[in-house]
Amino acid sequence: MNFWIIQGLNGLAFGSLLFILASGFSLIFGLMRIVNLSHGAYFMLGAYVGLSAIEAGVNFWIAILIGGGAICILGGVLERFILRRLTGQPLAQVLVTLGIAFIIADTCVWIWTGDPRPVPMPSELTGAFRISHLAFPIYRLFVIGVAFALAATLWFLLERSRLGAMIRAGVDDLPMARAMGIRTSLLFTVVFCLGSALAGAGGVLAGPILSVYPGLDTDMLPLALVVVILGGVGSLLGAFIGSLIIGFIYSYGQALFPDLAYVILFLPMVLVLTLRPTGLFGRQAI
Amino acid sequence: MRFSAFNALPRLLVFAALLAMPWLVTSDYYVNIASQIVIAAILALSLNLLIGFGGMISLGHAAYLGVAAYLTIYLTAHAGFGHLTGAVIAIGATTVLAMLFGYLALRASGLGFLMITLALGQILWGVAYRWASLTGGDNGLGGLKRPHPFGLDLNDPIIFYYFVLFFLAIAVWCIARFIQSGLGQSLQGTRDQPRRMRALGYNVWLIQWLSFVFSGFWGAVAGLLYAYYHQFVSPQTLHLTTSAETLLMVIAGGTGTLLGPVVGAALVVILKNVVSAYITRWLILLGVIFVAIVLFMPEGLVPGARRALRALRGSSRTDTVAEASSIAKDGA
Repeated sequence: MNFWIIQGLNGLAFGSLLFILASGFSLIFGLMRIVNLSHGAYFMLGAYVGLSAIEAGVNFWIAILIGGGAICILGGVLERFILRRLTGQPLAQVLVTLGIAFIIADTCVWIWTGDPRPVPMPSELTGAFRISHLAFPIYRLFVIGVAFALAATLWFLLERSRLGAMIRAGVDDLPMARAMGIRTSLLFTVVFCLGSALAGAGGVLAGPILSVYPGLDTDMLPLALVVVILGGVGSLLGAFIGSLIIGFIYSYGQALFPDLAYVILFLPMVLVLTLRPTGLFGRQAI
Repeated sequence: MRFSAFNALPRLLVFAALLAMPWLVTSDYYVNIASQIVIAAILALSLNLLIGFGGMISLGHAAYLGVAAYLTIYLTAHAGFGHLTGAVIAIGATTVLAMLFGYLALRASGLGFLMITLALGQILWGVAYRWASLTGGDNGLGGLKRPHPFGLDLNDPIIFYYFVLFFLAIAVWCIARFIQSGLGQSLQGTRDQPRRMRALGYNVWLIQWLSFVFSGFWGAVAGLLYAYYHQFVSPQTLHLTTSAETLLMVIAGGTGTLLGPVVGAALVVILKNVVSAYITRWLILLGVIFVAIVLFMPEGLVPGARRALRALRGSSRTDTVAEASSIAKDGA
């Protein structure tokens, strides 16, 4: 019984990290039809930037802001100066983001070497949370809390704010949104920056759990893709539920069948693509 | 595009160059690189079938290379099968995998297709990496001895080179026949006008799926030869970077041409070997090339690559630009 609870919480924590990554990816894809294959690299670069900030003596919380902010700026620059030039050519955009992902990944190896680097945990959140004989790291509970708070914030932003109304309008019918006077150009940059910032900050947040290592990007990117395929394009709820499903599958899978944890990931993809190609909560096929 | 429209001269030149390769170079090192080029060319040809003729951009093509290579080595070197049985099972099983992957990926089109192929490919990479009891994990799988078909000693680099070249010739012939065939023609129809093809009563899904499986089969053949060449396979073979390199070969050589991928494979393999001799940052270069190709051929990769290729050949074909731009759009 303890095993199931502990692994369930681990799955929830991993799913939370996935959600932070996948929500931005899904937002960008839903609004801009850009498959941002650099998203995993943003996550890793954010973690490395945060790590360096911490090693330079900065507080963990500020490091999250620095990691997120750095990637936010990087994403904004790439969107404005590269992706913007390729509007209407989705294939070209995908290939550019793939190229950028390789450049970032190799640059990270260059700067931070190939060794895995653990990110130190903030001292406030070390230790374990105990109920009777169950113990669970406080930091993971905190990550779960962050993801739920983020989900609520994003929901509020998308469903209840003016910016969210504009984004939804853009997702549903871009030319019409433009005709109604929404500055879609600015909107694209804002959403791309937001998604990038989430990836960067998520990387720092994941650091104490996953460590940072070369290959973190290509470990996380396909999981984010699977989440979006499962949950449906541009759906926040889909990204949330999809992240939790993959988090649980991954966590239980690794504990029960360590060899086969990855094989099991095929299963939800096969089921969803066979039975519901739009994804669980998507309105359009990907 | 009809086969007869192909310009015969560059094809003959490519083949003459490939045939004469062992006499043109002096050391075994270069003969071995030529073998790598030929194997990569088979893989690129099979991917080009999807991209150039089917308009389906796959980022998971390393799956067939890697799975066939793993199976070949596992079956022959670790499970006690003979070379022929091992090869047949490896290619057969990989083709079955292509059937499954094709079924899943073709639930979507365009960007969705790309995402699914990438995700499936990377999951396979994860399987090879984590399922260490079967695949050897990060250490990879080795121990394969090259076979001696018909008394040929494949340990001799030159004999091995002609052995793989023989397979390339068969691949080119089969793929050319496929493109000319009714199925291949209708595949190009689904690339350019999927709706119209559907309205005409073609089963677009089936056409694309059969082509996907055919492409996976030739990917598996490349994987078999890859296993014989390296006598070793590691998760890196299945990695996204391998798929991306193959994609680059197709794009660089010119999609939708028969022999473009062969030229592209030669460019990428030579570049990779040359660069690796001087610096360790191949991945950065790969990324820069991707970005540069896209940015400096802003009308879409394909027409630009074709135009360059055409200028290089000095031939004048008029039917290509319109056709190629539609590939870029449909792939989108």
